[in-house]
Amino acid sequence: MATPIIETPRSGRVAPGYSRSSTSRGNFEMIAWLFMRLSGAILVVLIFVHLYVNLVAGDGISGIDFGFVAGKWADPVWQIWDLTLLWLSMLHGTNGIRVIINDYAEKNSTRMILKGVLYTATVVIVVLGTLVIFTFDPCPVIDGVAHVADYCPAP
Amino acid sequence: MPKTLTKTLTPAGTLYRGREGQWSWVAHRITGVVIFFFLLVHVLDTSLVRVSPEAYDAVIASYKNPIMGLGELGLVAAIVFHAFNGIRVILVDFWKKGPKYHRQMLWGVVGLWAVVMIAFSIRHLTHVFGG
Repeated sequence: MATPIIETPRSGRVAPGYSRSSTSRGNFEMIAWLFMRLSGAILVVLIFVHLYVNLVAGDGISGIDFGFVAGKWADPVWQIWDLTLLWLSMLHGTNGIRVIINDYAEKNSTRMILKGVLYTATVVIVVLGTLVIFTFDPCPVIDGVAHVADYCPAP
Repeated sequence: MPKTLTKTLTPAGTLYRGREGQWSWVAHRITGVVIFFFLLVHVLDTSLVRVSPEAYDAVIASYKNPIMGLGELGLVAAIVFHAFNGIRVILVDFWKKGPKYHRQMLWGVVGLWAVVMIAFSIRHLTHVFGG
């Protein structure tokens, strides 16, 4: 009996269903995998403190209003805290959704469109959130009317 | 065919093996997607602080009702599960004995989740239903 010849995997014809982009993406997927674990570990701390300060301490959810946000962002520690939270959670979440799109959307065009929408939303939200944190004014003057609060200078 | 052999036969041709591993993976995906979509809305409504104090207070006031309060409870439940199960995933990947104890760790995750959620529910629902 002749010895059966076993070809190197994928050396012959590859079924069309399995032929996705052939270009190498280098280490991208490994870096993404590692990023999920590193950012995840940091996010557990950032989010648990965020939830405790906003929903458990003091008056909890009942205490949240403009003055509460103004009080927090008067402290640069909370500005940096929320900025880090915004960037890490958005990148962590975006990569998670990217993996899910790659898993379930089989057509190249469907994957491209869904990922296009995802990345657009990510850029808009991250840029908007960053601008809001850095340009926030606790005592704004809108149409010549100064905001009245005990932490604002008298108009 | 001996009876014992027929009982141990498993369906072929699938990687999905069910049980703790697969179901925790499913729960991690679903909670992850839920949290992501909340996050988009959370940044958008918080951005109203840059429009005017009245605009922000108006949208926050619209959240202060029992339906949104229960929604917040569900969101925190999703976040706490995703966080604890995420730590389990890290341990499975980086701890030498992680894969061996992944089932036991899932029950640890569920137990810790239950303790945190009981404590948080009491606190949060007291605020929501005007304590």
